[in-house]
Amino acid sequence: MYVAAKGGAKAISEAEKLLEYYRCNGESIPIEVKQIMDQMRLAVDKVMGEGSLYAPDLAALAIKQAEGDTIEAAFLLRAFRSTLPRLNYSIPADSGQMRILRRISAAFKDIPGGQFLGPTRDYTKRLLNFKLIEETDQHVRDFVAEYELMDLQQVLGTPLLFPKVADLLRDEGLIESVKMNNKKDTSSIQQNIDDITRQALRFPASRAMRMQSLARGETGSMMALAYSSMRGYGNVHPCIGELRVGYVELVIPHPLMAAEYITVGEILLTEVEIIARIKDENKNSRAKFALGYGICFGQNEIKAIAMATLDRAMTAVDPGAPAEDEEFVLYHIDGVEASGFTAHWKLPHYVDFQADLNRVRSINERRSGKNE
Amino acid sequence: MSEYEYSYAFLDEQTKKEIRRKLLKAVAIPGYQVPFGSREMPIARGWGTGGLQITLSVIGPDDILKIIDQGCDESVNACNLRTFIEDVTGNAMTYDTLEADIIQTRHRIPEEKMKDGQILVLQVPYPEILRWVEPSERETRRMHAERDYNKLWVFLYEDIVRWGEITISYRYPVMVNGRYAMDPSPIPRFDVPKLHQAETLFLFGAGREKRIYAIPPYTDVLPLQFEDYGFKVEDFSGKSCRNCGSTNSYLDETFDSKSGKRYFMCSDTNYCTKRSSTITETKILPQEMSI
Repeated sequence: MYVAAKGGAKAISEAEKLLEYYRCNGESIPIEVKQIMDQMRLAVDKVMGEGSLYAPDLAALAIKQAEGDTIEAAFLLRAFRSTLPRLNYSIPADSGQMRILRRISAAFKDIPGGQFLGPTRDYTKRLLNFKLIEETDQHVRDFVAEYELMDLQQVLGTPLLFPKVADLLRDEGLIESVKMNNKKDTSSIQQNIDDITRQALRFPASRAMRMQSLARGETGSMMALAYSSMRGYGNVHPCIGELRVGYVELVIPHPLMAAEYITVGEILLTEVEIIARIKDENKNSRAKFALGYGICFGQNEIKAIAMATLDRAMTAVDPGAPAEDEEFVLYHIDGVEASGFTAHWKLPHYVDFQADLNRVRSINERRSGKNE
Repeated sequence: MSEYEYSYAFLDEQTKKEIRRKLLKAVAIPGYQVPFGSREMPIARGWGTGGLQITLSVIGPDDILKIIDQGCDESVNACNLRTFIEDVTGNAMTYDTLEADIIQTRHRIPEEKMKDGQILVLQVPYPEILRWVEPSERETRRMHAERDYNKLWVFLYEDIVRWGEITISYRYPVMVNGRYAMDPSPIPRFDVPKLHQAETLFLFGAGREKRIYAIPPYTDVLPLQFEDYGFKVEDFSGKSCRNCGSTNSYLDETFDSKSGKRYFMCSDTNYCTKRSSTITETKILPQEMSI
């Protein structure tokens, strides 16, 4: 009888089977999770960032399960993450100690340590490489062997630690200092840094909440908002003081021994510091720059730049553009929330629509009564 | 890691504890939106994650659960949520409104009057009733704190000037305990009177917006209305359910797939099924409406 509504359980399980069938029926061999981890590196990084869980193997699994839909994959990671207890907080990681893969500055030509292009697609020609269609194990092995023999030695010869570019300006007193937290006591990290996975966002948002929301934001949404600010709705012109990609060690306090620490591993991060002029109305104060800060899991440079730009844009006291309004930005960049709500309109709204019909008919009845 | 053990009711105990504490606060301040650290669930945001987190936090092994979506037990999303909760709790499920200890619902309050001791968990897309008139969360929290509902009243007044009546069909604004203006979730107007002085505890969960609120039993819940433009529920006069003949339940309009003819059916499928089975027909009465 309930044509549209009944038989839900059966319909769902059949839809699920069909989905599986569509994933498998191409007759190619199943992709191994390891292959995704190795060869879809940037997708894995994006999913770890947006899924807010540093786990390359699980991110790769999620990408496989989601048939390459990164928003869906990030959602899978987040849902998994919810089941994990919060066991510990690391001590603040020092990105100055980052083991660098790549490090550039758009502000200075010569920087201490030098520019280090690293693995980047920035200066490649975007021409489809048809050779990849025919790529074989042999090709891959030959390339890697040759590269490791010739070029890699040179790469390994370069220093891995670099001083931070922003420190050059900071030493000169040209960078506005930022208060880290309103709370003075820094003895307990756990109690003094807001955690958006445990508390709802409140406004005005603390810096910790801003940074955490941005760090797990969806790359495309953040890029669009940051782009709006760069293009004209707002006026952040993000001069990239430094962009670095590399590994940072995570250290936690020893659970038993006071004043001892344990390194629990290292994570790949992209960090961006943009430098922007600040307008200070006070004529007596010195002209200064301010930093916008962006950081995210893996190598995801667009996201880190967008984050740094938005960080800067949201300092506007009187928001005049969407990207300057912290509520507008922080409430709308979460890919898991935005995609879920956008998709939910597919759910039945029979009751709501019936209520709407009832109102529209009521208004029209009254109006036609008046016209007679 | 092919087998991963989830704990009873999926959420870890710390999370359940937090949500229960927030629920207590919500019950203590009827209609007030309590922020909570909403977790990502294995169903999408906007598909009932707020209600789901509440249900999973209050459920115990002996509770019997009913889940409806738009009044229907067998709607796809209701089935999906039920399967999930069944998987992670192993609890007993029912379609029977009166048999359930907890009912999780989207956009409807069951027709049969719920009793003392039962809990209705409502899924909420927009917890903030002032969102009709004010986009900023910071500002709406101030407005609630100061009980500044002028913008909302003006909005309702302007609606009458423009259209001759208040055009809000679902999510009709209510005043809870004479203090907080509240979004009753997208239930139709028809269900709004059921919130007033009810025997049942109503818990509202907005997962995406990270808010919990509640209406404890025997609380005044009144729709916002003007003396000369009173609140009216949806009018189904002259219409009845094609299945059970009910003339006093909320009806969904639908079309016969063959003839294209329009007809009406109860949106509450359990109520409808009970009525059409002759054995129980006499027992089932719709909840009385009075406001």
